[in-house]
Amino acid sequence: MLHIKCPYCGMRSQNEFSYGGDASVKRPELNKEISDQEWDSFVYNRKSLRGKHLELWQHLSGCRQWIKVERDTATHEIFNTYKADEEIS
Amino acid sequence: MTQAFRLENGGLINRDKKLSFKFNGKTYYGFEGDTLASALIANGVHLVGRSFKYHRPRGFFGAGVDEPYAIVQLYRNNETEPNIKATEQELFDGLEAKSVNCWPSVNFDIGAINNFLKIFLPAGFYYKTFMWPKSFWYRVYEPFIRKAAGLGVASTKHDKERYEHKYEYCDLLIAGSGPSGLASAYSAAKNGARVILAEDKPRFGGSLLTSDVNIGNQSGEDWANSIIAELKEMPNVVVKNRSQVFGYYDHNMLVMSEKVSDHLPKTKKYHPKQRLWYIRAKEVLISSGSIERPLVFGNNDTPGVMLSSAAKEYLKVYGVLVGKNPLVFTNNDSGYETAIEFKKNGINPIILDSRVNPQSEIINEAINLGIKIKFSYVVVAAQGYKKVNSADIAKISDDKKQLGTVENIKCDCICVSGFWTPTIHLASQSGNKTKFKEEIDAFVPGKSKQNETTLGAANGIFTLEETLKDSFTAGQDLSKKITNNDNKISFPNVVEKKSSQHDKFWCVPLPEGKNYKRFLDFQNDVSVSDIEIALKEGYRSIEHVKRYTTLGMATDQGKTSNLNGLQLVSDIENKVVPAVGHTTFRPPYTPISIGAIVGREVGKHSKPTRKSPMHSWHEKNNAVFVDAGVWLRPRYYKQGNETLFEASKREAKNVRTNVGVCDVTTLGKIDIKGPDSAELLNRVYTSAWLKLPVGKARYGVMLREDGIVMDDGTTTRISENHYHMTTTTAQAANVLSHLEYYLQLVWPELNVNVVSTTEQWAGAAIAGPKSRKLLQKLFPNNDVSNEGLPFMGYMESDLFGVKARIFRISFSGELAYEVNVESDNGNFMWEKIIELGQEFQVQPYGTEALSTLRIEMGHVAGSELDGRTIPYDTSLDGLVSKKKDFIGKRSLNREAFTSENRQKIVGVVPLDKKTSIPEGSHLVKDAKAPLPNKKLGHISASCWSVEHDNPFSLAILKDGKNMIGKKLFVMSPLKNKVIPVEIVSSHYVDPKGERVRS
Repeated sequence: MLHIKCPYCGMRSQNEFSYGGDASVKRPELNKEISDQEWDSFVYNRKSLRGKHLELWQHLSGCRQWIKVERDTATHEIFNTYKADEEIS
Repeated sequence: MTQAFRLENGGLINRDKKLSFKFNGKTYYGFEGDTLASALIANGVHLVGRSFKYHRPRGFFGAGVDEPYAIVQLYRNNETEPNIKATEQELFDGLEAKSVNCWPSVNFDIGAINNFLKIFLPAGFYYKTFMWPKSFWYRVYEPFIRKAAGLGVASTKHDKERYEHKYEYCDLLIAGSGPSGLASAYSAAKNGARVILAEDKPRFGGSLLTSDVNIGNQSGEDWANSIIAELKEMPNVVVKNRSQVFGYYDHNMLVMSEKVSDHLPKTKKYHPKQRLWYIRAKEVLISSGSIERPLVFGNNDTPGVMLSSAAKEYLKVYGVLVGKNPLVFTNNDSGYETAIEFKKNGINPIILDSRVNPQSEIINEAINLGIKIKFSYVVVAAQGYKKVNSADIAKISDDKKQLGTVENIKCDCICVSGFWTPTIHLASQSGNKTKFKEEIDAFVPGKSKQNETTLGAANGIFTLEETLKDSFTAGQDLSKKITNNDNKISFPNVVEKKSSQHDKFWCVPLPEGKNYKRFLDFQNDVSVSDIEIALKEGYRSIEHVKRYTTLGMATDQGKTSNLNGLQLVSDIENKVVPAVGHTTFRPPYTPISIGAIVGREVGKHSKPTRKSPMHSWHEKNNAVFVDAGVWLRPRYYKQGNETLFEASKREAKNVRTNVGVCDVTTLGKIDIKGPDSAELLNRVYTSAWLKLPVGKARYGVMLREDGIVMDDGTTTRISENHYHMTTTTAQAANVLSHLEYYLQLVWPELNVNVVSTTEQWAGAAIAGPKSRKLLQKLFPNNDVSNEGLPFMGYMESDLFGVKARIFRISFSGELAYEVNVESDNGNFMWEKIIELGQEFQVQPYGTEALSTLRIEMGHVAGSELDGRTIPYDTSLDGLVSKKKDFIGKRSLNREAFTSENRQKIVGVVPLDKKTSIPEGSHLVKDAKAPLPNKKLGHISASCWSVEHDNPFSLAILKDGKNMIGKKLFVMSPLKNKVIPVEIVSSHYVDPKGERVRS
């Protein structure tokens, strides 16, 4: 079980969180004309990469905030966690 | 029966407390502190089971967790448990155990015929022998193998025992209480660190209990006892015996199984049987010791052949002799320690040492004691069927290839020692890449992967002095990092005997003309010839060899067999062992009971149970409940001898003719506040929301981004910037997360707050033609006429002094209202409705009637919004705005979603108007068409229409729009039903929706 640092609550066990996928995906703006391919990429296409991955988690059984977690998908090492609106260097 | 193999004195057992137990129906006696294994050996019992494949007789091989043979079926307090190691099970008064994998008995076992058929059962025999004819696999081979295989029988009864889970945090977790565990725990604890010290055996001390050493002028055992006593007194230390740390998971999470009550005849009141500890440790010290390595020779699986360390443990801990005429076969000095212990107790052992001319302190001691030693000698084969009665021995050439003349000598046991294998499982599980240590011919942990440090024998250090030095220092240094304390421990004086180098020799060659089975894996019956076959057939990777031969795949996970298997592969392939590599270690280290893993989350406790505030009223009024997600909801209210069918029909009919009341507390409720609330709703729902006036409700549908319907419900504008959203019972949690996702991540600029209020409000739906009259009685001061409170209207009122919200919304399709009050007042509201509704023949109705009402009305619910349907499919496309954008809208343009003959919801009526249609059935054009018969659609929900008094179903049907009036067949192969049906509109009752507006 992973140990994740919620930027609001501190170190918590994985079972308080739910996974939300790739954090780099940006939803297309509303009312904007976009191609089928672009929309398709947004809805379905995800990288399944090995290594450092920025992903979303929600602290469901805690503060209910969506947070960003930088995790290695192969080793589960967590490098850093961020608030949803935090600038990531 | 006397304990003929028990010594007069000695051992750590309590001789004042005699215990009686039964094995295979026969009564024996042992002492408190025995294991089942030690007590059986004390009674001269060496035949305990039959092997997995060949059904060869099985005895005892080890004295602990590494035991591959002595697996029994245990009977305790009217429960039975398979896969119990006799070497681990502590004896209690009244214990009963039976042998497994033998029929009719362990002494005469029919399956032993496999031993003579073994030519047909080579490596990979499953893949070879049973290939032909193909049809025989299911009918003959597989049932036969199933019956023949297996070590014990799982109970089919409910396990009445209690298992607990515990979460713990500590600075240092120390796995194993041998010299390294004790030393590191002691120095860390003295430094103020929070320490958990875990020992899988009942006694602390590990190897100190059996070795002849001296620490600080105390015997090893006394030193261990004094350290444990001191640790137990310290408030920052938790000391646990009978506790196996069996798994090392991510981020230094370790799991430990504590056997709280398995050693007692019966679990004490308020105690669990076992407790599973989830421990998050800052630092982990692995002091799991090592396991002695067997030697491989002919018939080396005969009962009476066992590890020399086990023989020593039975002698020193339990005061039991494994034999009175022992032969010790060794390639290192450890065998001598066992022989010396025998000699000290008046037994005359013979030592066979494969080495040419070894010299050491301990060998000299054996010589001085007058023990007979034969150097350059090996055991060629054990003789005897159910117990060793002699051994064929021979001199071996210096290159270990040639055997001299074989001679037979009498003995009643053969104690083998092939040096030591560090127990590296936990380090490997943490992700540590292990390395091969040439000097000890075994793998040891490499660079730490997580915060683990491996100490002592587990790290390949076999001298006590070095182990203690390392361990005191490790405990000191690691705790200093955490506590910043630096209390130095004075290092005790250590006296131990020096050992000489072991022999790199494990497998005795076959003598000319003999074809003995030489076993590597004692639990899965994998022999040297099986490995040879696998390699001849082209298997190279050790992972493939393992799976093909099943080497190391039994419940002991190859604790005694892995290295000998690797050594053999490397010898045949002419590679070095590290090039062959070892197979992956995975948790659990030792079998863990399913009960412990599940813990208390069984039956009713498997999930929380939510009850509405009116629950006790439902109970008192004969409600029959159904699980709806985590909620308990009344399914129907039973009157007299009514069946579910009769009761739900009565309740639904009463709604259509009079008035009914239904508990709708379980609906998800979300309170939405903020100036941008309308904008949020406009983006979340498919329809337009910006112009909803205050005091009005609207039905809405929300999609996922892929265009599939996520949920539906009504949302009411309570005030300018305040909305009350309802969701379905099942999707309540998902919808809240969905809103939070968009508000926090996608549109953080929207100034809106959302919070669940599901449990803050109790809800009652009042439905039926007389509902308005009842509502008037409940709220005499309000104008609830069709003009005062029109369809989709909302008002706030006061229910005899209680704040109430009234929504004019309808799921049943009748004139209907929903009244909400704060949860604490739910019961008051409900009783008022029942009391004042008497004159209108009000009746409560449950979920079954609720379903009937919505199905015949054609209202969609979870069975249609099943994660595969878009708004068009469920006839909700009228609610999809063409003008504005919303979540998922772009997906609705997809080709499949705009196809002309897209699936759509329809109604289904059986032609005979009698036969009920099973939910989940398929719709086909031709019932007699050959398989696979093309499916056109499926039945999503079925009911007995109370309006038409015949069965009615909803279905999602391909090209449903153009199928109205067509005749099809419903097929349910599961229920063996074929029903001719007619397709009708999904709105079977009041298609124009006049009633809700009346």
